[in-house]
Amino acid sequence: MTEWLSKLGGFLSTEPFRLVVALVAILAFVGANAAYLVWVERKGAGRFQRRPGPTEAGFAGLLQPIADALKLMSKQLLVPPMVDRTLFRAAPLMMMSPALISLAVIPFSDKLVGRNINLGLLMIFAFGSVNVMAIMLGGWSSRNKYAIISSARVVSQNVAYEIPMLLVVITLIMITGTTNLHEIVEQQAGAFWHWNLFRVWVNPLMPVTFLIFFICMLAETNRSPFDMAEAESELVAGAYTEYSGMGFGVFFMAEYANILLGCSLATVLFLGGWHSPIGILPGVVWFLVKMYFLVFTVVWIRWTFPRTQFYGLLNLSWKILIPVSLFTLLLSGAMVKLPRVFGA
Amino acid sequence: MVKEAPSSRAAGRETFVLNLGPQHPATHGVLRVRLTMDGEYLVEAEPVCGYIHRMQEKMGENRTYAQFLPNTSRIDYLSAMMYTHAFVGVVERAARIQVPPRAEYIRVITSELNRISSHLVWWGAFLLDLGGFTPLLYAFDDRERILDLLEGLTGARLTYCYYRFGGVCNDVDESFLRGTRAFVTHMRPRLKMYRDLVTGNIIFQKRLKGIGPISAEMCRRYGATGPVIRGAGVAYDVRRAEPYSAYPDFDFEIPTYPECDSLARYMVRMAELEQSLRIIEQALDRFPDGPVMAEKVPRVLKLPAGDFCYAVEAARGRFLVRLVSDGKDGAYRLKLRTPSLSNLSLFGEASQGMLLPDALAMMGSLDLVIPDIDR
Repeated sequence: MTEWLSKLGGFLSTEPFRLVVALVAILAFVGANAAYLVWVERKGAGRFQRRPGPTEAGFAGLLQPIADALKLMSKQLLVPPMVDRTLFRAAPLMMMSPALISLAVIPFSDKLVGRNINLGLLMIFAFGSVNVMAIMLGGWSSRNKYAIISSARVVSQNVAYEIPMLLVVITLIMITGTTNLHEIVEQQAGAFWHWNLFRVWVNPLMPVTFLIFFICMLAETNRSPFDMAEAESELVAGAYTEYSGMGFGVFFMAEYANILLGCSLATVLFLGGWHSPIGILPGVVWFLVKMYFLVFTVVWIRWTFPRTQFYGLLNLSWKILIPVSLFTLLLSGAMVKLPRVFGA
Repeated sequence: MVKEAPSSRAAGRETFVLNLGPQHPATHGVLRVRLTMDGEYLVEAEPVCGYIHRMQEKMGENRTYAQFLPNTSRIDYLSAMMYTHAFVGVVERAARIQVPPRAEYIRVITSELNRISSHLVWWGAFLLDLGGFTPLLYAFDDRERILDLLEGLTGARLTYCYYRFGGVCNDVDESFLRGTRAFVTHMRPRLKMYRDLVTGNIIFQKRLKGIGPISAEMCRRYGATGPVIRGAGVAYDVRRAEPYSAYPDFDFEIPTYPECDSLARYMVRMAELEQSLRIIEQALDRFPDGPVMAEKVPRVLKLPAGDFCYAVEAARGRFLVRLVSDGKDGAYRLKLRTPSLSNLSLFGEASQGMLLPDALAMMGSLDLVIPDIDR
């Protein structure tokens, strides 16, 4: 009996098993979040618009996401004639899976991380680009004019916004000296002015950097005011026009999974991850508080601002965000290097 | 601002046709616009009308005047009061019926309330076109108060048949007057909030400034009226140009903006909300006593033979009814000149070379009501 137990214990502590558990947990976490962020969004939208939002299904409409999912699942997965069937069906999955994979390297607390790898940050950005391709292919394969216009927009939008985002992240890597997300959070231990957001003595433009990162995150996840891909008053539903039932449902959930990922990343990189500013409560709670605050901000922005114009969006990126982020990159390079030059 | 498509040299060679509508979120109804596109640039836009044509003019010719009266509120369902006003106006002019002043004041108050509610719908829907969802709900919140007031008075929420030949069908009560006063005091701070929430927004300003220029000359060629021509700097308002009803009694301005762009048309309508409140306030202050119906209006109304016109300033511009009578109890010929049709017909020329989202923003600033186009 004891031998059997120790064998079981040995198996449970093996790396593959741990990984499976972590991935299942992430799947559950993302699934629950994607469903309930829809509720948060609808309830939030309701409050911003001075109306109650969903109230009928369950207490305070809490069963609404389940009702929505049941409705979407009961609908026919219509594949229109003449479309590229393989790409059309694969596109929603291609949008969902990178977000799931990327969340495996996000450290939710000191111990709670799917896989702590040294190139975590790089991995997230590598997979992050796949999601653009998914929308592009979804729009392109559905052979709908609105969807094709949307695909073209998505590609140029994401190319434009990945550059400042990566420049900002390079600035951050330069300051922290690592791409390991766990270590990046470790470096921000202590009071809140140790968070990268407030470390102005390392680079006086740190808050600006965070702002650029946040704007790029909104653009990368196709959220309002940059929701060019799904501009419903111009392109009907953009790249998702031809999708019905859960085909659309998966795109919809993937949007929230990507928001979740973006906000988690912002928390890890700028807001000190699991570190508590006042020293109470376990780390994971603080991580979630910070992350959900950012998620709420994303919802808040969506229901407050109108959509930008497409060239306005590109102008913002190429004329403001890229020069500013390049400048912060140079500045932090200089600030890292100069003390060493003069100190030696 | 984009003046010319960079790829316009290839225009006409590498284009595709995009059907905007008949079901499209930006057309607010069954309007179809056949767009020839070069990428996202419009090469040609051709509005295709007639999807909800109901032959209102023909209907006016084969029924009596009283039978046709309810139809007029179904033409532009958002400014039903003004439309019934034009029809009762033309009949009263032809039959030489003198409308008592109290009835005229009631007409002015209800018409202006209707104008405010129409502009509020436009405001919300326009922001919806620009991708901002929240203002719609704010606008409908305020509009609801107007609809409640008018419902209490007329029994209908949208398609009123309150004006009758010779006056209005029943007198206002104390609760309506009190409610209208309360609404005016409620609406002023709301307008300020609208300015703070939307008009000052940088994204909003950038999307409209310089976009969709419609010059006074173009307005003249297409017969565009209302906020469209006032947004082109021309102070043309039927209430002043061809005074009718009790409007000469009131002091109000005709807001004009000379910029000719979508923002100018937006600003005109926002200023008009303010002016309508002013008119209502003055009318309530000087509200006369007396009957609300002219005496001796015959039950079967037969107009003398002749050709009669009556124009009103509806929420979207000049609405004119031309009635040719041959002395029978119904019109011999009826012509309804609706503002939305003229405002739509300039869309093709004005939208050339524009980007699709800009063109849709401009279309939103024209404030089209589809049954008003097709009637």
